[in-house]
Formats: sequence, structure tokens, C-alpha cells
Amino acid sequence: MSDPILRLEGVHTDIAQYHILQGVDLEVPRGAVTMLLGRNGVGKTTTLRTAIGHWGTRAGRILFDGEDVTATKTADRARMGIGYVPEDMGIFSDLTVEENMTLAAVSGPLVPARRDWIFGAFPPLRTFWKSPAGTLSGGQKQMLSIARAMAEERRLYLIDEPTKGLAPAIVSTMAGALRELKTQGASILLVEQNFAVAKALGDHAAVMDDGRIVWTGPMSELATDAGLQERLMGLSMEAT
Amino acid sequence: MTDAPDHRPTMAGITIVDRMAQAMPVLLVPILLVLGFLAIGNPSSWLTLTVSGLAMGMMIFIMASGLTLVFGLMDVINFGHGAFISVGAFVGISVVLGLSQWAQAPSLVLNLCVVLLAVLAAMVVTGLLGWAFERVIVKPVYGAHLKQILVTVGGLIVIEQLIHVIWGPDEIFFARPETLKGAVTFWGAALEKYRLLAVAIGLVLFIAMRMVFRRTKIGLIVRAGVENGEMVEALGYRLRLVFVGVFIAGSALAGLGGVMWGLYQEVITAGMGEEMMILVFIVVIIGGLGSVEGAFIGALMVGLLQNYIAFLEPKLALISNIGLMTAILMWRPQGMKPVVKAK
Repeated sequence: MSDPILRLEGVHTDIAQYHILQGVDLEVPRGAVTMLLGRNGVGKTTTLRTAIGHWGTRAGRILFDGEDVTATKTADRARMGIGYVPEDMGIFSDLTVEENMTLAAVSGPLVPARRDWIFGAFPPLRTFWKSPAGTLSGGQKQMLSIARAMAEERRLYLIDEPTKGLAPAIVSTMAGALRELKTQGASILLVEQNFAVAKALGDHAAVMDDGRIVWTGPMSELATDAGLQERLMGLSMEAT
Repeated sequence: MTDAPDHRPTMAGITIVDRMAQAMPVLLVPILLVLGFLAIGNPSSWLTLTVSGLAMGMMIFIMASGLTLVFGLMDVINFGHGAFISVGAFVGISVVLGLSQWAQAPSLVLNLCVVLLAVLAAMVVTGLLGWAFERVIVKPVYGAHLKQILVTVGGLIVIEQLIHVIWGPDEIFFARPETLKGAVTFWGAALEKYRLLAVAIGLVLFIAMRMVFRRTKIGLIVRAGVENGEMVEALGYRLRLVFVGVFIAGSALAGLGGVMWGLYQEVITAGMGEEMMILVFIVVIIGGLGSVEGAFIGALMVGLLQNYIAFLEPKLALISNIGLMTAILMWRPQGMKPVVKAK
């Protein structure tokens, strides 16, 4: 793979006394969706949190667009063009939807065309623009969380389980928005437990186990090989 | 762009009970005013006590607002906040004493100029002191509550001793500027001029803070940072820098509160800030950690209740604030308007 947007080289991350990432080697290609898959507790969320800088590394290097950002602070990584959607959504409940979006536009006011584009992807945000984010439903909060990452053009999106616990109608709204990002050529590293969504969106896949990447390859290969799925993730999903 | 799948947004209706529960903290102050009126009976006495209570509440709010933000933003328990109150009072009152000719002149303009200069000097000095305090004392102990308590209490003691070194060990008595002495009579009630000024300054400050928090990006960053600092950083804002700014502003506000409290009491001591910290902590706790609005409501309640109880049942005045805090925490264990969840 040549010139990936994000590269993790032998990354080790500790959380308190626990050694979570045990030498992660991962490349996220430019302009494609890379699915980060694996069973619960194997280190997917920690990988994303390490990539954005919430967790420091004990060893290894993180390269963003060729630049070593291992020692770079979270805020500076974000300003370099990394958008992050955490698993818990990270919504500011006390702020309105509008204020959440205003804050997400770091480099200046939210561009109206961008806002309208987000309204197209997530119509409820227009409806509840002036409402406190804390009063939104779970699905609407997830929409806001992703919309915030989309408030400005980013060079890379790190998205952690955007469809977790959502109703099917909202899952398809999420998938539609992510597909829209994909068609615009965005680079995305996506943790997703919903295999149907992963299969529909993913170009590449990386499977984790015990704090390491144990398999990488085209998503289509993983999606069509039930045996591979069972071996890597412990259960066979809807292989087609 | 592709059409989004059909999704009809709905929002569960908020019941009248929920609305009342949300509004209740704001309603507590008017409820307390009405209860005070009914209990006192005499309108002029009630008005005098109410203005006195509001003035006291405003001054406590000024001192507490910085502390609640510091705690909310960076989870720092700063017992040294009281030192900024004392230093502010000593610097401000030194200005008042240094400009005694202006202070004693029967001119409202000159007197207000003295107060303004005293406030500016106090805020500049305590702001700078706050910056040094954060860099030297607080920064090394982020995330360690026990160490924070120990080193900030240590800082408080050192600064109090420095006050003794610079201004001497004795308390300093002084008189307010000439035109701020005495009272005006309104509706049969004697209202101290200085208390009216304190209410006005407190109100202006609260409105200004609200506007900053609601209308400016830095205000949004602070509000968001109190709720989820990690996410604010992930959006691209260096929260540590914002925190240093808030710490400086909070220290300067404590200095302002110190000057106003000193002018109110007409005596200052090195330990006055430490003594005020009990009320300040009560206000921060019952208001809800990280909430400026909660601190405002809490401060007004503390000020009003203390004045009403002192009039109605003087012996109970000593425990009125602890009683208020107990009642509020039994009703809402995280305070009236918590922004930061209990940690």
C-alpha cells in the first residue's frame, strides 16, 4: 500500500496497569473506508483513541499523512485534519445543536453550504437546531456527533461504532451519510459491529485480536468468506 | 448528494412536572423572597434585609464564579482561592487609602473613580498572582485531588503570611468613600448605598458573564469544556490554555470580590479570604459543580437566608447555610444545576 493517510507502526498503549495495544501495525489508505473489526475488548476503541491522542503510546509511531504525530497533542492532531467521533458520542448536552456545530467549526464560522449539506444528510438536526443537545434521542445525538466531525472538511475521519444501539431506520440514515462522505473521497477508519453496514461501506478491513492486527485485506474478501470470519472474529456472519 | 432515508424526527413531550423540576432552582429565589416577606411581616424591614441579602449574595457569587469554573473545567480543587480574595482586598484598600483625598471628597464621581481604580488594581494583581499560582502550584498536581488540597492549602498559608509581611499583622480599619456611606430611604426602608452598588455590580457582572458564555466562541469552549474536556480537545481546542485563562479570570474575580467585601465590612484581615471560603464552597456545591448560573442562584439564596434568619432567629443564623446546603443536597445530590457529574 503506498502513501497511507494514517500509519500505526508497532504501537503499544497502556491504560493504567493494563497493556491494551500490543504492537498494532495498521495502514489506513487515502480516499477509502477501512473497517476496524474484531470481538469486544480487543482494542478497537483504544486504537482510535490512541490515533487521536487521548491515550499516549508506550512504544511505536503514529504517522499522519507522512508526519510523525506520536508526540503531538490531541488538539493539534485535530487541527491537522483528523475528525473524531467517539463511541459515547461526546455530545455537549448543555449546548444547543447549533452551538455544538459552531464549536465543531474550528477554523471559522460554519459555512452555510456545509450546514445545508449536513441538514440533507441528517434532517432532524435542522428541526432541532435550537434545542439543547441533551434533549435529543439517542439516534439524533449520534447524528449530531457525526455531523460535528463533518462540520469542516477533514483529511481523515475516525468513527467509533456509529450505529451502536440504534433503530434500523436511523442505522440506514447513518449509513447513507457515511456513504455520502465516501463518495466525496474521504478517508475513514470506521469501527463497526454491524456487519451489514461494514460490508456495505468498507473498502478495506483490518481485524484485531488481543491488541494486535491479525488480518488485513479487502472487505469484499472478508465479507464473502464465512470461514475467515469465524476464524478471525469467532462467529460466522452473513457471508454472501 | 444522495437523499437521506425517510426518518421522521420526534421528541418526547416534556411534562409539566419535568418543566417544574427544571425551573425549580430558578424559582427558589422568588419563593425565598415571598417566604421571607410572610415571615418578617414588616415590608420596610423585609426590603432592608432583602437588599442586604442580595448584596451579600452578589459578592459571594463574584468570589465563587471563578472557583466553580476552575473545578468544572479541570477538576481542580483550589483551596488557595481564598488567598486571592485577601490579596485583592489588601491591594484594593491600599489604593483607597492612598487616594484618601479623593475618597473623602463629597463627590460621587471621584469616589467611584477611587473604587474603580481599587478594583482594577486588585484584579490585575490577583490575575497575575493566579497565573503564577497555576503555573507553580496547581500545574504539577493535575488529576491528584489529595495533592491539590495539600499544596493549595499550603499556597494559601504562604500568601497569607506574605500579606502579614507586606501590610503588617494587624487588621486594617478604614472608611468607605464619602458618598457611599449612609443610606437612602425608599418605601420606609433604609437601603445602604454601598449595598445597592454591590447589587448593581453583581448583576452587571452576571449578565456580562452570561453573554460571554452564550454569545462567544470562548464561552462555548468553556461551557463545553466543563462538560467534556476530552471532546473539546478532539475538536481542536487546547483546553489547557483555556483553563489557564479561566484560572486567571477566576483569580481576578476573587480579587474583585475581596475589594467589595472589604469595602462592605470596612475592615480587612489576611484571613478574610479563608473565612469566606466556607460560604464560597457552600455556594459552589449547592449550585452544582461547574455551573455559573447555579452558583448565582446559590449565592443569592445563601445571602438572603442568612439575613432573614439573622433577623427572625439570630441563634439559628450560624447554621442556616449548612442547613440550606443539607436540604439542597438531599433534594438534588449533585446540586441545583450540575454541569459536571460527581466524580
